[in-house]
Amino acid sequence: MKIVLNKDRMLIEREQDVILFRNRVKEYAVKIGMSLVNQTKLITAASELVRNMLKYANGGMVLIEVLSQGRDSGIRLVFTDKGPGIKDIALAMKDGYSTGKSLGIGLPGTKRLVNEFDIKSTVGEGTTVSIIKWKNG
Amino acid sequence: MDRIPILRMGRLLLVTIQIDLYDRLATNLETDLVQMVNKTEAKGVLIDISALSIVDSFMGRILGNIGSMSKIMDAETVVVGMQPAVAITLIELGLELKGVHTALNVEKGMELLKEKIGNYDEDLTEDDEDSTE
Amino acid sequence: MGTDIAKLLQKKQKRILENWMTTQLSNISLREDLMSNDELREQSAEFLDTLLKVLTEKNLGNVESSDFEPVHELLAGISLSRAKQGFTPAETGVYIFSLKEALLTSLQTDIKEDPAFLLDAVIRISRLMDYLCITAFETFIKGREEVILRQTDEIAEISTPVIRVWDGILALPIIGTLDSARTQVVMESLLQEIVASSSTIAILDISGVAAVDSLVAQHLIKTVAATRLMGAECIISGIRPEIAQTVVHLGIDLSNIITKATLASALKQAFTMLKLNVKKVETIKSGI
Repeated sequence: MKIVLNKDRMLIEREQDVILFRNRVKEYAVKIGMSLVNQTKLITAASELVRNMLKYANGGMVLIEVLSQGRDSGIRLVFTDKGPGIKDIALAMKDGYSTGKSLGIGLPGTKRLVNEFDIKSTVGEGTTVSIIKWKNG
Repeated sequence: MDRIPILRMGRLLLVTIQIDLYDRLATNLETDLVQMVNKTEAKGVLIDISALSIVDSFMGRILGNIGSMSKIMDAETVVVGMQPAVAITLIELGLELKGVHTALNVEKGMELLKEKIGNYDEDLTEDDEDSTE
Repeated sequence: MGTDIAKLLQKKQKRILENWMTTQLSNISLREDLMSNDELREQSAEFLDTLLKVLTEKNLGNVESSDFEPVHELLAGISLSRAKQGFTPAETGVYIFSLKEALLTSLQTDIKEDPAFLLDAVIRISRLMDYLCITAFETFIKGREEVILRQTDEIAEISTPVIRVWDGILALPIIGTLDSARTQVVMESLLQEIVASSSTIAILDISGVAAVDSLVAQHLIKTVAATRLMGAECIISGIRPEIAQTVVHLGIDLSNIITKATLASALKQAFTMLKLNVKKVETIKSGI
């Protein structure tokens, strides 16, 4: 059972917000005592997703939550945008696939960095990505 | 600050990235460096990223680009001082920074560049008497 | 009826404690080696006091009432410390069950004349005590798990010693199984040591690894890649014939990695890469 201990919201509109957002995530990760490597993985994953949001949907909203499950604690980030949506999620999750001119490691690479990864998208309405990184995961 | 300073040292260019770069700053660095390589006919580029706590695919691509662009202008690129946590994360992410060499620190990076650029020492020996072999 | 079970018990608190202590002290599972009798008495008195203080006629029927929070908290603390001190589950069980017995005995003597009421009271007290017992066991097991987790961490830590074999050369013998959690620890300590000692070559010796399957191989490849990204080189040594066989049969490509059969040959390779030369000292023959 996951218990939400703390909630925070952040609006992402400009590319400068990426750094601010990363710092915010880092603050929470440090607060729960996450190891440096896990912190780095979480923040990198967050950075990837927030860039995607800016690139494909011109920004959106991120929800930062501190979770507790049994003896473990972690951080959940929920990225919500009102962009064009993703037509074929299975294809987007494949290594090497990209519609933009990036390296195509975005989504599958990001998934490898976190413990839980969930993506929902409706074409024309937007995309929601939710990730969880446990302190010791 | 909206530009990362690029230092010139003989045929080498040195860049130390001290802060987390937002995108504009990073793309500026790419442009500036490539122009500097051309203007100074540099043979080597050394980028110190020891102060960077995060390298995501965007920053990784910038580094890779600098490496590949310098390469076709006949200059070698060495990225030095990557944090262990950053290296582990990049591998997990699936980025291997192809096109750039890596070294542990500035000193080792310099050695590597000197090794790669054979004629680097010859150019300097003219005004430097106790040359290294 | 007018008889309040909670009040009834509160009045007899002293006697209940005496009864409880007698049962506890006479039980064969008494552990004087772990806890002195005085300490036990103090702990029991505090617990009984807390329990009876929050107990009312109203919340007695509702074991999940938040009124019992302090009781659960105290009990969890007691149970946790017992787990860490090395009490067995049975000994912790006796602690709670003998209290239940004492409470029931007290009720029995007080409401002798009304069997229906007595039965009702017994059922309600039993339910409450059973519920408390569940808490005790849950935290007891949690306490044990904590001990296990701490030991796991310790094992993970001591089982990844990074050794400086030469100036600029590190070695890391891996013993046991290499899963993803372990790989993370190995990678982290190796990379940190590489930075700390500014070593350019790391040797990963896997002669102590039981089996190499494609997952383990992937972990090894990742470790090598991360080392290279930092600007150091990684050699894998200790490839036993069986490992070589499975690696090829599974179709794992290790051609990008420098592999050596023994740690000795890996060290030799490292010397070559660092342009070092190991020579035998020619003994100068002493004259005549």
